[in-house]
Amino acid sequence: MAVAFWILAVVSVAAGIVVFVVDSMARATFALLASLLAVGAAFLLIDLEYLGVLIILMMVMEMLIMAVFMIMYMMNPAGLMPMKMVHNNRGAVIISGAVFVLLTAGIFLTSWPQRRGEPPADPTRELGMAIMGSKMLVMMVIGVAILATMISTVVLATHRGRYDRYGEDLKRRRPLDPGPGQGPGLPAAEHHHGHGSCGSPDPREESG
Amino acid sequence: MTLQSFLLLGAALFAVGLYGALSQQSIVMLMMGLELMINGLIVAGGAFWYFLAPETADGQVLVLVAITVMALEMAMGFAVVTALFRAREVDLTDEAKDLKG
Amino acid sequence: MLEGAVLLLALVGLGLSAACLDARLGGAQVGAPFGEVARLLVQQRRRTLLRDTLLLRIGVISLIVAPVLAGIVIPLGDAPVADLAVGIVWFNAMEVCVWGSLWLTGWAVNSVYPLAGAYRLVAQGLAYELPHMFALITVALGAGSLRMGDAVQAQQGLWFVVWMPIAFLIYLVSALAMAFWGPMSQPVGTDLAGGVRAELSGPDRLLFQAGRYALLVVAAAAAVPLFLGGGAGPVLPSWLWVLVKTAAVLGLLVWVRHRVPAIRMDRFTQASWLVLIPLSLVQLLVVGIVVL
Repeated sequence: MAVAFWILAVVSVAAGIVVFVVDSMARATFALLASLLAVGAAFLLIDLEYLGVLIILMMVMEMLIMAVFMIMYMMNPAGLMPMKMVHNNRGAVIISGAVFVLLTAGIFLTSWPQRRGEPPADPTRELGMAIMGSKMLVMMVIGVAILATMISTVVLATHRGRYDRYGEDLKRRRPLDPGPGQGPGLPAAEHHHGHGSCGSPDPREESG
Repeated sequence: MTLQSFLLLGAALFAVGLYGALSQQSIVMLMMGLELMINGLIVAGGAFWYFLAPETADGQVLVLVAITVMALEMAMGFAVVTALFRAREVDLTDEAKDLKG
Repeated sequence: MLEGAVLLLALVGLGLSAACLDARLGGAQVGAPFGEVARLLVQQRRRTLLRDTLLLRIGVISLIVAPVLAGIVIPLGDAPVADLAVGIVWFNAMEVCVWGSLWLTGWAVNSVYPLAGAYRLVAQGLAYELPHMFALITVALGAGSLRMGDAVQAQQGLWFVVWMPIAFLIYLVSALAMAFWGPMSQPVGTDLAGGVRAELSGPDRLLFQAGRYALLVVAAAAAVPLFLGGGAGPVLPSWLWVLVKTAAVLGLLVWVRHRVPAIRMDRFTQASWLVLIPLSLVQLLVVGIVVL
């Protein structure tokens, strides 16, 4: 167990560092994914089966969407011409190093309280009961936040709505979409696909 | 496997993410730094649940919230980048300095 | 150990039979897949310029590892290889990993058509995933548990397919999309010269094809404990019933490929979000009321 944890911890941190070292955006995105997956696997070691698998499930989807945007917006996504796009590198290293030292000192100097109780037989059940019971307000707030995010991302990102696709009176039989043989080449609105799955990290929230 | 070792992992991930968020010029890379920072928080949340208070589900709820926030942060970030890029073909933080209020 | 060996054997056997059936329905010799395997084993690798070999290896190998990992929670007879308490979520997570495999494969070969195919899969994945999740949640709600074994237990009286028919149909559609098979095979479509697998040759292509069939088999096999009562059935032992039901679903999926035309993923997205999601929510509501 302990060995597995330390391997996962090293993999996670190393992959996190690799994100900012490699030139290829695809490699950077999947290094970040490796870091997140290692954390998900570490959760399986401490009885958090549901949350661990949920992290794996969500982060794979999230990183794929991220990869699409990375490739879309970086000027050199494949990293075939190495370049460094950083500002204030020294300051950033010093600040983050100092934060790490400070946090580590805090971790080892604080006298943590004793553990109260034992993990329940089925933590997933406890979590479900909590979010549908005593912690329902939290989940309701999150639900509203998800809805707000969905609306605002669509407003910010899209520039073609259904009136552009189906005409002023929505009477066009086939939508005017970008693509071969469909009128003027309009830039594709990929972002439509994106927000849906990011907006529903936990499917139960939407069904609840 | 102790609370300290998990927190150490969380702190390391947080620091690496902080470095990325502070140093990267590209907004998309900056967001990867933010993701790593939240990743560190998730580790800490799960560890607090398991090693300090496994009786109640509070820690788990916290992790769930953090995961959701991670997804929302990414969705919002990309929407902003898309809007920014569409308005002025910009994807670097330094080129959007005038938005500072 | 034994269960693991049985799982691998079943995957190989069912995958090969699916390939043979597919060849037969496509008008080729029944034994054509065996010839193809031999051909790919001796074929020399074609290399593209400046490809990302590391990512290509990860992509192709994970495409075959992910279905096997998804398969370990499916009960073969009485017990699965690993009886996870969150088996249904695990299955979903592993099957989503395939998106990553395909995207990496499409990206790493540094060629236009594979990358376009990979983007098609991401779009299609986002389209099918939400109804798929709701279908899985419907089962979990009916069983009151996320464990595959509990879902089988809950169907001792009445199979879920009987009172959750919409969820079952949505599951079948998403199984097609998951394995980019038949009408959902746009990511490897002929209009893209083979899409993601256009530049793969030799052992790489063999692994890719094997992974795709493994995915199809696992998608069909998961329908058995989720909707078709697991190993329940008269006379025959339960493992044989699982096998028979899996083969039936698999046969249906292979048959559909030769009967239904391909669907463009943007059209499918629209249909999926506007029709399938509301339908799956209604199904979820109905099951929720019944369970209450």
